[in-house]
Formats: sequence, C-alpha cells, structure tokens
Amino acid sequence: MTNIAATAAPSSIPAAALPARLAKGFVNRLVIIIPYLWLLFFFLVPFIIVFKISLSQTAISMPPYTPVLDFKDGISGFFAGVRELNFDNYTWLTQDALYFNAYVTSLIIAGISTILTLIVGYPIAYGMARAPATIRPTLLMLVILPFWTSFLIRVYAWIGILKPEGLLNQVLLATGLISQPLVILNTYTAIFIGIVYSYLPFMVLPLYSSLEKMDYSLIEAAQDLGCPPTGAFWKITFPLSLPGVVAGCLLVFIPAVGEFVIPDLLGGSQTLMIGKTLWNEFFSNRDWPVSSAVAVILLLVLTVPIMFFQQAQAKAQEQGR
Amino acid sequence: MNSTWSRFNITSIVLGFAFLYLPIVLLIVFSFNESKLVTVWGGFSTKWYVSLFHNQGLMDATWVTARVGVISATVATVLGTLAAITLTRYTRFKGRVLFSGMVFAPLVMPEVITGLSLLLLFVAVGLDRGFFTVTLAHITFTMCFVAVVVQSRLVTFDRSLEEAAMDLGAPPVKTFFQITLPVILPAIISGWMLAFTLSLDDLVIASFTSGPGATTLPMKIYSQVRLGVTPEINAACTILIAVVAIGVIIASIANKRREIQRQLDEQAAQRG
Amino acid sequence: MKSLGSIRRDFAPWNDPNAKPYIQFDKVTKKFGDFTAVNNLSLTIFEREFFALLGASGCGKSTLLRMLAGFEEPSAGRILLDGQDLRGIPPYKRPVNMMFQSYALFPHMTVEKNIAFGLKQEGMPAPDIEKRVAEMLKLVKLEQFAKRKPHQLSGGQRQRVALARSVAKRPKVLLLDEPLGALDKKLREETQFELMDLQQELGLTFVVVTHDQEEAMTMADRIAIMDKGEVMQVATPAEIYESPTSRFVAHFVGNVNMFEGKVAERTASTTRITGATGAQIFVDNGGSAAAGSDIVFAIRPEKIKVSSKKPADAVNALEGEVYDVAYLGDMTVYHIKLDDGQIVRASALNASRVTEDPLTWNDRAWVSFRPDAGVVLAR
Repeated sequence: MTNIAATAAPSSIPAAALPARLAKGFVNRLVIIIPYLWLLFFFLVPFIIVFKISLSQTAISMPPYTPVLDFKDGISGFFAGVRELNFDNYTWLTQDALYFNAYVTSLIIAGISTILTLIVGYPIAYGMARAPATIRPTLLMLVILPFWTSFLIRVYAWIGILKPEGLLNQVLLATGLISQPLVILNTYTAIFIGIVYSYLPFMVLPLYSSLEKMDYSLIEAAQDLGCPPTGAFWKITFPLSLPGVVAGCLLVFIPAVGEFVIPDLLGGSQTLMIGKTLWNEFFSNRDWPVSSAVAVILLLVLTVPIMFFQQAQAKAQEQGR
Repeated sequence: MNSTWSRFNITSIVLGFAFLYLPIVLLIVFSFNESKLVTVWGGFSTKWYVSLFHNQGLMDATWVTARVGVISATVATVLGTLAAITLTRYTRFKGRVLFSGMVFAPLVMPEVITGLSLLLLFVAVGLDRGFFTVTLAHITFTMCFVAVVVQSRLVTFDRSLEEAAMDLGAPPVKTFFQITLPVILPAIISGWMLAFTLSLDDLVIASFTSGPGATTLPMKIYSQVRLGVTPEINAACTILIAVVAIGVIIASIANKRREIQRQLDEQAAQRG
Repeated sequence: MKSLGSIRRDFAPWNDPNAKPYIQFDKVTKKFGDFTAVNNLSLTIFEREFFALLGASGCGKSTLLRMLAGFEEPSAGRILLDGQDLRGIPPYKRPVNMMFQSYALFPHMTVEKNIAFGLKQEGMPAPDIEKRVAEMLKLVKLEQFAKRKPHQLSGGQRQRVALARSVAKRPKVLLLDEPLGALDKKLREETQFELMDLQQELGLTFVVVTHDQEEAMTMADRIAIMDKGEVMQVATPAEIYESPTSRFVAHFVGNVNMFEGKVAERTASTTRITGATGAQIFVDNGGSAAAGSDIVFAIRPEKIKVSSKKPADAVNALEGEVYDVAYLGDMTVYHIKLDDGQIVRASALNASRVTEDPLTWNDRAWVSFRPDAGVVLAR
C-alpha cells in the first residue's frame, strides 16, 4: 500500500517547488488511507477470520471453538497447526442434505421474490416518472418514508395481517370471497410478501432514477414511425431502463438470499432459508465453526452476483449516471 | 419524462402506495386498541402508551439505540465522506479496485454474514461485546451507504468552483472546507440521516455484535415478538413512526419554502 | 476629452525590438494520454496587451489558458511570467486570476463575500478588504447588489460579479474563458466595450479565450489563431483579416474567395497567375512563390467589384453569370458563377439609395479587382 497516492504529478519538478507538492500529496494520502484502513480492518479481515474459524472445531469453551493456526508454539507449532487443518465442517455441510436444500431454496426464493418485486415495483416507478414534475418530489418522499420507519416493525405488522385470524382473512371471510381462512402465515408465500414489501423501495428508487432520465420524445418518435404503445414500451422504454432494472434486481436479490428476519417472523419452522440456518447454527447450536463454514459458502455463492453489482456500479459511475 | 399521467399510472401509484402504507396504518390503529389482541378491536384506549413508559427494558433499549445511532452515524458520515472523495477524486492509486469493492459490497452483503464476521473479529482481538462493538459494527456497514450518497452528489459537483477558489489563492484543504463542504452539505446531512436510520433499524448485526447492557431497541422488540405480541410494541412503533414522519414533514416544508423563496428571488433578479 | 480607445492608437510593443515579453510560452506541449492538446507552441504576450486566443472548440486554446492559470502543467516546455518560470507553482500561488466561463460564483456566499474571498486568502486586514470590495462594486456598477446571493442575480449581473471578483486582487494577468458566451447579443456588444475600457483603466494584461471571431476582432490588440494545438498566425485584427498567412486563417475569419493556380511569370512588381482553365490574374504581392509553383490567391468579397459591363481599365476582370443575389439592406451579396465554373462571392455596399448598376439572377456580369486586393498563399 506504499504507493496508494500516486497522484498525476508532473515528471520533472524543480527542487524549490517540491515541498508544496508533497504536502498536497500528504493530505491526499490521508484522505485515502483512513477509510481504506477502516474497511480493510473491519470488513475484509473479518472474512479471513471467518474462513479461519470455519476450519476449526467446536469446543465447550469461550470462545466455543478450538484455536487453530496461532503462533503460541512458535513456527513449528504453526506448521503443526496447518497440517491439522481440516475441512471437516465443509464435508459435513455437503453431506447433510439440509444445508444444500437451504442454499438452493434461498436462491430460488430470492430469485422469485426479485422478479415479483420487479413486477410490482416497475409500474410504481413508471407512474412516478411520468407524474407531473411538481408532484414527483412528494412521491419520492412517500416512497422513502416507510424506509425510515423500522424494518422490523413493518415485517411484524404483516404478522397481524396474514395470521389465520388476521386482517386479510377477516376481510375475505366477511366479503364471502372465501369460506375457510387462508393459511398464509408460516408459509413461503408469506416470505414472498414480506420480501417484496420490505425491499420495494430498493427496487423502485433505481428504476425511477433510470426512467426519469429517459427522454420521452423517443417514445413520441417511435409512435410517429408507427409503433403501438406496448411495442414502444418493450422496444424502447424497457431497454433504456435496463441499468435501473439491473441495479434494482441486484439490490433485492443478493441480500434476500441471506435474509433472516422475514423468514423467521413470517416463514415459521416449515420454511428453510440459509439466513435462518446460519442464525440457528450460531445462536441455538452454539456451533461457531459450522456457522462460519455456512457463511463462507454463502459468500462464495454470492460472489458472482456481487461482482455483477460492483461492475454495474463502476459503469454507472463512469457514465455519470 | 414529461407528464401525461394515464389512468394506469395513477392506479399503479395508488395501489403501490396503499400496499406500502397499509401495515403502518394498521400498526398505528391497533396501538390504541383497548384489547390486548392485535386483531380484534376492543375499543379506543391509550393505556399501552402509559405502560410503555413504565417498561424499563424498552426505555433502556431506546436510550442505547439512540446513542449508538448518533455516534455511529456521525463517525460513519465522516468516514463515508472521505471514501466518497477518494472514489470521485483519486482515479489512479494502487488498490483502487479493492477499495471500490469494499465500499460497494456492504450495500448488498447479507447481514448475517456481516454480523458473524464482525463478531469473530471482536473475539479474535479480545474485545468485549457491548456498546462499543455494536457501534463499531454499525459504523462499518453504514459508512458505505453514506459514501454512495455523498459520491453521487460529488460527481455532479461543479469543479470550477474549486478551481475558482484556488485561483483566488485558497490552497486545496481550505478550498474543501470553505467551498466544497458547504455546497455538498445537504448530501452529507442526507447521508447522516440514512446512517442513523439504518443503525436504528438494525436487528441482525446488533444481535451478533452487541453484548449485555447494550440491548438495542430492535433486539428488544424482536425478543418480545417471539414471546408474544402486546400492543405496547405497537405504541412504541407508533411513536417512532410519528417522530420520523414529523421530522420528514418539517424537513420537506422547510425545503419547499426555500424552493419557493429561491424561485421568487430568481424572478426578481430577471426583472432587474 | 480623449476616449480611452485613443490611447490604444500608438500601442504596439510587438513592433518594438526592445520590448520585453511579459508572458512567454516556450515550446509548450501538453498531452493527455495519446491525445496532444498543445503541440510545441511558442507565443509571446506583452504587458498591458489585450490578447485573444481564437479557435474552434478542441483547438487547445482553453488548455493553454489553464496551463497559464496553473490547473494543468505542460508535458514539455516552459511558461514564463515576467521572466519567472511558473513550473511547479500551484494556481493559488500565481499572480494570475481567471474569470470562468460558467462564472463559478460561490452559491453560498453573497456578492460581497464572493469578491472578498481572494482578498481574505491574502490575509488583507478587514477594513482594507471592505474598501477594496466597495471599489470593485463601483467599478462594475453593482453597489446595491452587495448583499445578494448569486441565484438572486440575472446572467449579466453574475458576469459582472465574476469580473469584479477576478480583478479584486489586482493580478498581473487576467485570464478570461469565453467571457461573453452566456450573454445575449445586445448585452454582449455592450460588455465588449466595457471590458476594453476596464482593461485600459486598470492597466492589466488580458488574455481572452474565445471562439467568436467578432468578439476577438473587436476587443483584442492582437489575436492568435489556433488550430489543433498550434498557432496558425499571431497578428493584429487588421493584419489577420487583410494579410492571412495560410488558407486556414483566411477561411477562419470572415468570408474569402480562393483562386487556385500556378505562378506563370514574375516581374519586379507583378506576378502573373494562371488558373486551371487558362484565366489570368495579376497580383502585386506574390510573396516568395517561385515560378511554376502551385499557389492560391485569396481575396475578400468586399474587394471585388461587380458590374454588368467589362470595366475599361481593370487589370483583373473575369466574366460570368449571376448565380445568386442576397439583399441585406446595407449591402448586397452576389454569387457570380464564372465561365470556368468557379463561384465567386462578392459584396457591394449599397452606398446610394438607387442602384446604379442593377444586377439580378442569370444576368451576364463581370468581376474585377485590383492587383493588391488579395494575398497569395501556399497551396
């Protein structure tokens, strides 16, 4: 990291002017180094530790795992430790169908939820983008407002709505649309509703941002050339809003895979998702090494989408969007 | 896009917002429910608000959450702003790709992973879990959100203002504090508010990284939800919602007033 | 009372061999990656000059200005100000101030504070700052707007604040980047003369970057025409217009007709040029072109006379047909298609109310011009 602030300095600098340049360089380096070090230490290093712990064994102690790879016994002790490294936890995970199912289910649930969120969110974002310019800030505020009230509370509120004795069933029974209360709570359906509801702002905002920048005269040109409105939407509007779609989907999908609160409160014990599994492994079974292994695999699974997200962000940054 | 609102658009917006706000409205309504049941209306009562204030556990948790929120939001805002400056101004340094990755990854990282990894870090360095660790954890994951908000403002910032300041004799650091900072201040404040909200709201990371004596409000609410729901929680939530709503409304009225004043000023200027 | 402009009459340090250059660009090159914005450029500007850098967008003029201000460093070469090499000196330490194209007024500060900003950075004591700011406000006639913020001002007022702010520190050199670009036509004309008066009053050296030739011709003592990072010609407006040294410059400023041909014969006073179809013209200033070389003869429309009959004593007369006529009120522009196919643009002042020799479409016509009416340029 010694060369972090290799600023675009001119190749030949007369000695007298050197101090002024370096001073400027020092401040630059400081600005870069402070957040860099923080993130390195508090974001990156922990992942390495997680990996390390995933290679050790559970123990009845505090912390509840056997230490591995430390220098207590010197260099020879270190290498002895390396030889004892085992991927037992990983083999166990791959052998137990429970975990495999949990990963796959989580990916599927997250995927479906993302698509549902897109379907629900797109019309809202589109409506907002086409609204009269004076109303738009108000609408934007209304979308963001729930986001500023507690996520936990809002998910909790859905319990009251989706219960067998909950509001939804009360209304449906009262209007005679159904004769038996619908069982929604503690099913995957409740999870879908929960994810769509909670992550809606994350989908609507990037979509709105993309759609709002679109030049409507493109649609008018298309119609002038004979294209019907639905055709114009699919051929012009949707493709142009693609960056927003991609950003929104990634912002929903990736965290949804590892989501805990929603499956826990709304999904009940019959539903299986990896976030819950990790939580239980850690808090109920007190098995830190296995939880770590679960986390590592989850991270590996998500690496590809996360890299997509980074790329999309970098591209958007370059294009000034 | 210009404004030809079709019926379809209006319908989708109305339905969409109804969907968004329904649970919140229900929450508020049932906080005034006489009966303990959260689904059967027993009459209007404010007794849950009274018992809320006598609930020491909830009050303590609120105090912890508020302190964690303010401290972590403030530090996160400073760090996030530095990160945003780094991302927009320094295009070439070794490790830039890594840095950029580390700033954007927490935005989507599942909280269970972040929480677990931070906890293991604290254990590895021998830090006792409590107020300090949960604050550190919150700073780490919220600073990235601040960075994104401030960065998007910095990208549209007119650099000729900085050049003008330097041209008039202000060295770079002075230029930043006297010119850049005041102009991007609204974005920085938004960043702070975002970080504060995220901290206030966080359950998973706090559960992993907090300790005895530092139970946050979400943790308290969660544990009570597991035990059985009482409308005291509704009352607590309603108060929270009211505080946030009032804050937002005041902010947007102030903003609107400023906008109108600005438009009047500009019109007056046009007339000379 | 003498007008300020009359002081300019005898101002010509570029003709004085003893005059010391004030700003010097010495073989300056600037590259951005693979792209060369400024290519081995050398230029001299004298003290108290009103100097214009004129060129199309992308020609490097703004880059040159920014290097003088200190926002870019040359990739090669030196920039000297009053003998001092500016390399390595950051913009906040140069005795040079700039007026930005977008004005760059600080939105969160009042007009007063904007103007005072540079003085505060110098460490000027507060009462002196107040005095100087008041002086500046008076100079640009914005006294009652002192407490307003930029968004409360009109475009023209903002421009004057930007100007006041940039001269408040009494810099040795003032750089102006497209100063009139954002103003409407009427305001632009007024401001042109205001800027010239201001420059004379304050005794500063102005370097203006513009793409508008009218602006440059009106305001500048000398103009440097730039293309693709190089200087094509540096001269007074009159010289640039009447004696361009290249096709590019001839085309760039005003309208011009080009006759291509070979040097047929040279005598002491006259050069005879033969065109492709055999037409002959005689010119006085044949330059150094040798016999047989390919040249082009450039002549401005207003130097060409159009008549319905062949002029009796004209040295150069060519016959053709009226292709197009445009009546512009104060003058008429003719496009004459010569018999060899070339179209010539000629303009005539409507000096009397009734046209003496009316010509209209498809009439036979003669174009004639004096041998000293144009210049010979290399092909």
